[in-house]
Amino acid sequence: MIRDNFRVLLVDLATRRGKVETLDGRDTVVGGSGLAALLFTRYGHPARSWRDPDQPLIFTIGPLTGYFPLMSKTVCAFKSPYHDQYAESHGGGRSALALRFADLDALVVVGRAEKPSCIAIGSRDLVIKELPFVWGKNVFETGKMVRSLVKRGGGHRTIMRIGPAGENLSAIAGINVDTYRHFGRLGGGAVMGSKNLKAIVIEGDSSFKIPESKDYPSLFEEVYTKLTGKDMMKYHDIGTPINMAVLNELMMLPIRNLQRTTDQGMAGISGEKFADDVLLRNGACAGCPVGCIHIGFVRERFQKEHRYIYRQVSYDHEPIFAVGAMLSVENPFEVLAIIDISEKMGLDVMSAGVALAWATEATEKRIISKSETVVPLSFGDSEGYKQAMLNLGMGTNEFYRILAQGTLKAAEHYGGQDYACVLGQEMAGYATGEVYFASQALGFRHSHLDSGGYSYDQKETSKDVAKAVDSLIKDEQDRVLLTSMVACLFARGVYTDELLASCLKVVGYDYLAGNLESVSLNIQGLRWKNRFATGFAPEKLSIPKRFYEITTAKGPLDGAFLDTLKTEYCKAIRGFDPDTRKSEDQAS
Amino acid sequence: MKILTTPRMERCIGCHSCSFACARLVHKNLSWDTAGIRIASAGGLSTGFEAKICVACDPAPCVRACPTGAYSQRKGGGVIVRKSLCIRCGKCGQACPVNAIYLDPTGEPFVCLHCGRCIPFCPHDCLEMAEAAAQETEESEVRP
Repeated sequence: MIRDNFRVLLVDLATRRGKVETLDGRDTVVGGSGLAALLFTRYGHPARSWRDPDQPLIFTIGPLTGYFPLMSKTVCAFKSPYHDQYAESHGGGRSALALRFADLDALVVVGRAEKPSCIAIGSRDLVIKELPFVWGKNVFETGKMVRSLVKRGGGHRTIMRIGPAGENLSAIAGINVDTYRHFGRLGGGAVMGSKNLKAIVIEGDSSFKIPESKDYPSLFEEVYTKLTGKDMMKYHDIGTPINMAVLNELMMLPIRNLQRTTDQGMAGISGEKFADDVLLRNGACAGCPVGCIHIGFVRERFQKEHRYIYRQVSYDHEPIFAVGAMLSVENPFEVLAIIDISEKMGLDVMSAGVALAWATEATEKRIISKSETVVPLSFGDSEGYKQAMLNLGMGTNEFYRILAQGTLKAAEHYGGQDYACVLGQEMAGYATGEVYFASQALGFRHSHLDSGGYSYDQKETSKDVAKAVDSLIKDEQDRVLLTSMVACLFARGVYTDELLASCLKVVGYDYLAGNLESVSLNIQGLRWKNRFATGFAPEKLSIPKRFYEITTAKGPLDGAFLDTLKTEYCKAIRGFDPDTRKSEDQAS
Repeated sequence: MKILTTPRMERCIGCHSCSFACARLVHKNLSWDTAGIRIASAGGLSTGFEAKICVACDPAPCVRACPTGAYSQRKGGGVIVRKSLCIRCGKCGQACPVNAIYLDPTGEPFVCLHCGRCIPFCPHDCLEMAEAAAQETEESEVRP
């Protein structure tokens, strides 16, 4: 519904009660990332641990969700188990539309349930069910059981749930959304686990009148046409894995724990190879005609007679990079089989793959052995990785429990920090160079999506530090506007500021339409304020030696350039720190 | 007259663009439910999707069930609904053998008008206007 304020449902698992709150701030924080930051300032406890039951788990959508295509993401915010600081993770599926049609701009969960529980909500419903018998079940078993326990709304609801990794409070546990999407990064799954919250079901069962403006239907069609045009064909066709071959050619693909940036074997797991050999079908987030979800299949023979089971596994560039390239697994079916186990465990497959890549090199260097890893780990051996992924999710011994807190935690314990491929969190699938490495290491979410550093590296030849830092800061501001609208970032080329302003205006948000620049700057500052309040110290983040050792098509990495970039980017981010600003004001 | 058919639902990716187009353009709503075509999944996304849509019975059980004449038979299959005559009793929804009529919380019915305005919004060409096949079965024999 179009409204100038926010309608927030606050659910307290301890008291088993909910409360609808109405908050002002539409014209200053928009929704999505901005609303999540606002809600954390209201309900969060910066100085307390992420495990404190009072800490909020926040889900937010944007002002245009449902009104325009691809406004289909949900922002999940929480104090992260990974670094005990404020964090965001973004997911799609049906989550955003379900919240919209449950007539909510946000859901905030606080407290800890006495027994493992599930929250089920709709526009006229709030139920907290105890389901201790689901605890311990994997993500897919949980989905099936929750579907049968909450029978209403098939097709018009979202089911968010965790697997054993979340229950075990792994800092790399994600939240599965509608089977094929995720709030993957920075440990949201453990936040649910710490609250004894196994699943959240949101049914979108209300309706609203469309905006009164006669221009709305035609503007919708204009946007729809652009979003189904050639600019989006990359995502509709091969999908994000098209990057695999491109990056391999440019010597920018992290391979074998980043020991290499190109390898002929990567031809076996290119996006084209996946599309030709293992792609079964496609799926879409609700409200998105692009349908970028690519679902492959794996089949497994379980008797000597020809008896098989098969599974459907979604894939993208990042999972293929993490458990394919980084582990030198060069067969697409084997890559899917490893992803499948990560999915069942409810792990963030990106972090899990990078963690196992470190463990493999640590094994090679004899820092750890089979007594830690239980199964032998060697690059290319998918059978070992399937078992290891299971052990990582289940936390079967001390080694896996430490590794499940993050690769650097394990490296601090066992050694091997030089080749821990961590940039704030486990790296994403881009070894493009200095600007990207600085960007992920210091960026707000430690994500390749914080700003376009990976693209800057590929296009820019100069080593102008100021230019690079300005680009990262400005791009972050542009992207935080989109993530506050909860636009899918794949649509960033279509949803220009001009088009966003038109969309906002046609539904009645005139102020926002005319003030995008100042509003996005405000949100950027608010997010960083939360981050600094929860202990972020960019100066303390280091970039492991391995990143300095790579060579791309542009040549060997320039360590001095990376160090200067890191220093200057750090200063630029500090500009958002209220304490830094205050001391600068006092000094002047 | 042609009716809306769903001959290629195996291609459906669950984007709901058809439902939203119907709700937006025909019923002037933003909704997953108040639409003549609604996409459902049975048993999770891994099992695919089905379209809940009027299958153009002729004679239509919902017409016979309507006590106020709000429903009338559409030539070539399907129904015409005059909401000004509807008393929100919900009998049309109960009579529909394929659960194609959505009743909102006030009892207002939403059913496909076979206008085809959803078709251009399907990215995978799942939908099509087609001549209704001759229906010789009795009403009681209509099966979902």
